[in-house]
Amino acid sequence: MKIIVTDRDGEVSELRGIAGWQLMELIRDEGLPILAECGGCCACATCHVYVDEEWLDKLEAKNEEEIDMLDLAFEVQDNSRLSCQITMTERLDGLRVTLAPE
Amino acid sequence: MDTSEHTTDVIIVGAGPVGLFAVFELGLLDMKTHLVDILDYPGGQCAELYPEKPIYDIPAIPVCTGQELTDKLMEQIRPFSPTFHLGQMAEALEKTPDGAWRLTTDNGTVITAPVLVIAAGGGSFVPKKPPLKGLDAYEGTSVFYSVRRMEAFRDRRVLVAGGGDSALDWTIALQPLATSLDLVHRRDDFRAAPASVNAMRELVGSGAMSLHVAQLRGLKGADGKLEAVTVSGGDGEYDIPCDTLLAFYGLTMKLGPVANFGISLERNLIPVDTEKFETDVPGIFAIGDINSYPGKLKLILSGFHEAALMSQQAFRYVYPDRRLRFQYTTSSSALHEKLGV
Repeated sequence: MKIIVTDRDGEVSELRGIAGWQLMELIRDEGLPILAECGGCCACATCHVYVDEEWLDKLEAKNEEEIDMLDLAFEVQDNSRLSCQITMTERLDGLRVTLAPE
Repeated sequence: MDTSEHTTDVIIVGAGPVGLFAVFELGLLDMKTHLVDILDYPGGQCAELYPEKPIYDIPAIPVCTGQELTDKLMEQIRPFSPTFHLGQMAEALEKTPDGAWRLTTDNGTVITAPVLVIAAGGGSFVPKKPPLKGLDAYEGTSVFYSVRRMEAFRDRRVLVAGGGDSALDWTIALQPLATSLDLVHRRDDFRAAPASVNAMRELVGSGAMSLHVAQLRGLKGADGKLEAVTVSGGDGEYDIPCDTLLAFYGLTMKLGPVANFGISLERNLIPVDTEKFETDVPGIFAIGDINSYPGKLKLILSGFHEAALMSQQAFRYVYPDRRLRFQYTTSSSALHEKLGV
């Protein structure tokens, strides 16, 4: 399983996906610049990513907590997600995301 | 400005769970403590980020919330009567001629002690700044992240950005003083107290203020004087005339002035040994999430352990002539006396 992550400078990294892991954990462990201050409990909005349009309908819908927490993020778009709220599954093999500004 | 001067045994920078537990471990060894924290309340990340979220890995406590853990720690350290300096940032550190540490906060408080413990977690909580071009040039004159004195906003054209309680509370409080008030939030839903949301909507309904479902895009003005904020929403991009922007997007953590304390840093963390959790500067310790050593885990329980070991060495600085007596709280009547049990 792989994930394609574009950072804020446009650099593209290919990460190995692991089923059951949070997307945030995979991005963080790769050493990419994502703060993820609260450690993945949907309490800080510092793991904000944009999901490529083609993948949006393959993701579980945002819950109310994630929608609320996105109020603390900047430049929120329709494809904005908190990456700690995306759990990797085989269905997401090839997922493409871009790190949002901080 | 609080320009009070204090002398104590140990200064602790950071009143999160690890800083609080350090009060206990130091207290058992007869050391008095003063704590400094930028937040207005103790608990650090537990209180600020996840007060309502469950924690399952505190030994012997199957589950507690961040706030409950904080409350329990405050109860546990009560016998040692620590002094808290809250809402202040540890700003400058210097060594006194007799070798003690003299810490000054941004509020003017001065604390002197032979031992300094940095338990600052991820750093100081500071406001999140919107990523807008040229923002820094307006800070302090036109752009603010908190309200210290409401009068400062009288007769100003205020734009409040955000959708939580701070944004709503200040919208309602400042509207009567301000010449104009515009609230900008990315959606027409608010995660604030329903009563505040209703009060805001009434003000909008009566024409006393405006609500824009939009996001910040840019600033217009010159020489630190804001003239308009550009936003974009369902109606496209447009300017809202204003001279003041108050942005409420929560807090983030920045290492801050600790970086200038003269201690070695590695990737914004403080390397320590694993015997005493002391930095490369004798008498300065680092415990909890802010330190690093081989095998470090950012767990509250690791910070508790670090606090206990740090206290042993701190004792040797504070009481160089005394022999350290290692005792158990279960059996020591001397410790019972300190604990008031």
